[in-house]
Amino acid sequence: MGLAVKEAKTEYLRALPGDDVRQILWRFADRFDLQMLVQSARAVARGPVARLVAQGARHTHDWTPEKRTLLQAFDESGITSVFLEPSQGGFIEGPKNLALALVAFELAWVDAGAATGSLAGFLALSPIHERGTPEQRDYYMSRCAPAQPGESREPWRGAFCLTEPLPYVGVETGLLGGKVRVAEWKPGEEPVLEVNKRGRFITNAAFANFVTAAVESDDPRIKGTCMVILEEDDPGTFDHGTPTRKLVHQLSSTGDPIFNLKVPASRMVGGYSIKDGVIVPRYSHGEIIEAVFRRTRVTVGIMTSAKLLSAIEPVIRYQRTRFRGGSIASPGSPRYELGLQLKEDAVERLVEVWATGEASASLGFAAARVFDQLDPLERRRDEVLAERKLSGTAAIKARRQLQKDALEYLSGKRPDLADEVTIQYAILDSVANVLCPACKLWNTGHGAQMMREAVSLMGGYGITEDCPGFLGHKWMDAQLEATYEGPEAVQRRQLSITMADDVFLAQFREWIREMRRVANDKPGTGACALATAMQMWLWTLHHLLHSTDANGQKLYQGARQGVTFPLADALCWLLASRCQILDAIELERKGPENPALAEGLPGLTAFLTDLCHVQAARAAGEVGRICASLVFGYNRHPAWDTEGCAACYQADDLEAMEALIPGIAALARGYVDVIESDGSHVAKAGPCVRSAGLDQFSRLRSRMDGCLTGSQLAKDRAAEALTKVMIPEALDYPA
Amino acid sequence: MPTPLHIVVCGGIVPDPLQTLEPAAPNAAFPAQPSLKNEMMLPAVLDPWAAHALFEAAHLSAQVPGSKVWLVSLGPKAKLQQVMMTIAQKAPFELVAIDGPASGFTDAFAAAAALAATIEQIPGLDRGRLLLFGGWESASRGAGSTLQMVGERLGITEQFQGVDRIAARAEGAGFEIMERIEGGRHQVSLLSSPPAVLGWATGYLPEPRNNPQVGMANMRTIMPALQRAKAAAMNGAGPSFASVRLPAVERQTRIVKDMPPEEIAREIVAWMGEE
Ligand SMILES: Cc1cc2nc3c(=O)[nH]c(=O)nc-3n(C[C@H](O)[C@H](O)[C@H](O)COP(=O)(O)OP(=O)(O)OC[C@H]3O[C@@H](n4cnc5c(N)ncnc54)[C@H](O)[C@@H]3O)c2cc1C
Repeated sequence: MGLAVKEAKTEYLRALPGDDVRQILWRFADRFDLQMLVQSARAVARGPVARLVAQGARHTHDWTPEKRTLLQAFDESGITSVFLEPSQGGFIEGPKNLALALVAFELAWVDAGAATGSLAGFLALSPIHERGTPEQRDYYMSRCAPAQPGESREPWRGAFCLTEPLPYVGVETGLLGGKVRVAEWKPGEEPVLEVNKRGRFITNAAFANFVTAAVESDDPRIKGTCMVILEEDDPGTFDHGTPTRKLVHQLSSTGDPIFNLKVPASRMVGGYSIKDGVIVPRYSHGEIIEAVFRRTRVTVGIMTSAKLLSAIEPVIRYQRTRFRGGSIASPGSPRYELGLQLKEDAVERLVEVWATGEASASLGFAAARVFDQLDPLERRRDEVLAERKLSGTAAIKARRQLQKDALEYLSGKRPDLADEVTIQYAILDSVANVLCPACKLWNTGHGAQMMREAVSLMGGYGITEDCPGFLGHKWMDAQLEATYEGPEAVQRRQLSITMADDVFLAQFREWIREMRRVANDKPGTGACALATAMQMWLWTLHHLLHSTDANGQKLYQGARQGVTFPLADALCWLLASRCQILDAIELERKGPENPALAEGLPGLTAFLTDLCHVQAARAAGEVGRICASLVFGYNRHPAWDTEGCAACYQADDLEAMEALIPGIAALARGYVDVIESDGSHVAKAGPCVRSAGLDQFSRLRSRMDGCLTGSQLAKDRAAEALTKVMIPEALDYPA
Repeated sequence: MPTPLHIVVCGGIVPDPLQTLEPAAPNAAFPAQPSLKNEMMLPAVLDPWAAHALFEAAHLSAQVPGSKVWLVSLGPKAKLQQVMMTIAQKAPFELVAIDGPASGFTDAFAAAAALAATIEQIPGLDRGRLLLFGGWESASRGAGSTLQMVGERLGITEQFQGVDRIAARAEGAGFEIMERIEGGRHQVSLLSSPPAVLGWATGYLPEPRNNPQVGMANMRTIMPALQRAKAAAMNGAGPSFASVRLPAVERQTRIVKDMPPEEIAREIVAWMGEE
């Protein structure tokens, strides 16, 4: 008598994840405003935007009437008003970071230049939104709102003007060529300023009615730097400039404008005060830019994620239909039905593209949600701080205490601080300070590389204009996403500071424990490998913070970008993978509540779990590689010199010991380098390295190798799922 | 001033037409009747004919002040909700949702019964002012029978099918209605007053753009309507399906070299003669 064996039927991914899946993964299943916004932005992307690209509108960098029609499409579909409060003509209450991220995602799914065009308008308004006076906010926001039915007015369009002709500012806020001086200052009246600014690579330059420009004082009667709002009708020169001959994002307008204008001092963003006859801007341009970019960079990162995910369907279709038609494959044969998907490499590479897309989208949307939480907290914190009226050393002391309290709260010692706004803000802020640059850096940088993979999966088609899904354009465009709003170096620099912050690290430690718990409950996610990699990263950071190189130079320091930058890169892999795993778990938890998902949920979660595993393994591999090279790479390799040989056995000594303990010589030769009686040794660079204090690292590393167990099986399963998943008959936008 | 209208649009949901639609035998998700492969996972849209009806309804109601539009939809609640995220942005209306199957295999008779029963219950609906709109057929079945039966059940005998245009005549003197007839022509009829059934063809209106502001306003009633949606009792002796399959697409390719164009043309003409 035998036991009845009941085989569980393997569930495969049945269809590409639809809206109901994304809403759960990215946590807007209960936000109907956002769900509608997604549909609205999608209709623009896959309609007018896609048609423009298909018609070849990207062949010129000039701002053409055809491209201009997009502005109207943005206005009519609600995209332009996403940024606005309901009282200013918008329709979304509360923070809008996730909303903007979703718009960017939908537009970039088809064309990132279209996304840039729409986002640049928000970027122009952002300084005003984040740091403007209430009057400035109301004035400019409502002017940028599209006309309501019955109104006949063109909405204003803005540009954000920071970057200047070389050698001045890139995104580093240091050197500014743009100048502001007092043109006229009658007693008792508002000063009139003269602003001189030249921009380079300014988005929306061709049609902007106003710009927010970063300038520096060139007048003893104005202090420091500031941002000013310049309008087209201000007296002087408002020259839209020549278009940038760019190779990417051609659906947006970019140019080098020139401004020489007289404006009232009230145009300083955030206003000003007068102290001892000197105009003191409320905010320096650096302060404003920091507040702006930390939000807008997330949306840029999301753009590249969208492109990776958008590549899946066209690549699957290409692979499957590769051999159809003609006589080489007859219907029903594997070659006819699966085409290139018969080849393991083709599907496994696509799995990696998909896994990267999921991880980067998860990271980006997580960052956007953090900012949605942070925005109201920030406002409440500012109120509290304003009430406390601290300045000078008292303020510095308070900040130190805050850091201490936050750490105590995180360690569980001070639960009484749960409602303390300043503490909660500091905790979340430390995460936002890492997630934002990480998303911008990794999504775009690594994303660009994976976009190249996607292109290569389409063969020659990939690099033609006819490629469905415009994959070639998307690849090239990714390079801009990695560059504007701060090239990768700027993100790495920021990360090298924020990732070493104790409040962040305290949370990171908790995240390691969280991943172990996840691994315990759901072993297939790769969370265990990830947790080990996180541990290794943390170990490496501590090691580098407290170690010196072979020359006695401190390792972890601002100028040592060879140390800090790779470690920043390594962290990004971990964060993206963690967010991806958390999203997959969310789907498993909430998916069953949606009856429309029930049928396909087991296959879907199994597939997304496998993608998590694939990504976690890849992340662990990257982190291992980077950390090992940092931990070992700054030590000098021992040579066959006196110092190096001191750690070796001498053959004569071994022989003497052999007489006392038979067998010892052979054993020792297995572990330690031996110098023979004639001074010879094994042919290699020097005695093998035995760095004191690094055993723990070596143990972690070998443990992590073991953690990779099963990850290739996950990749195999995911690849097989790609050969089975049902895709639509055709792409839903023209190519 | 013309009397304000009460326009009820019946509109189901169908799978997005770009999807692979493959019939499947009854299974765990659809035990009683055939369905489409992975039907619940396919993105859905408002049935295109019903969508035209809805846009025409919105247009007409905007011309006759005080009018109101209801969209009555029978479909799986969760799918209806997704579709509403688009449709709600296109025109102002109040949703009346019925939870039930929207598949092309459901029985038109039972669907009509469920729709009519629900319409009868709409609070505040004045049957004397009722224009019942819908598609003259649907993308899921194309039988063109549901709307007629809904009308009959509601006792509305003025029925127009294949409608492409309705225009309110001046001074409240009824409506001019244009129906498609054979030969690519239209028949113009006068409707002196509601109630009437209009089964829409495509109409002439473009699809309205998405307007999230309209959507947000509609959502206030749509979400409660979805929560309230009652499950339709769709049993009853409907058709039974012995088997279902896609019509086969046949492709006969012959590779020939150096065939003169005259020869090719002759072959094509001969082949056309056979068809
Ligand atoms: C299409 C387009 C649209 C744009 N739109 C706008 C806009 O609307 N408004 C606006 O103000 N600007 C805009 N820009 C400008 C954009 O933000 C800058 O080009 C970008 O920030 C990089 O500055 P940069 O070109 O001066 O490069 P650089 O600053 O010269 O950087 C070049 C490279 O130098 C290295 N590097 C620079 N700094 C460091 C460092 N600290 N440490 C280590 N390495 C470093 C890095 O490798 C970096 O990638 C746009 C640019 C483009 C191409």
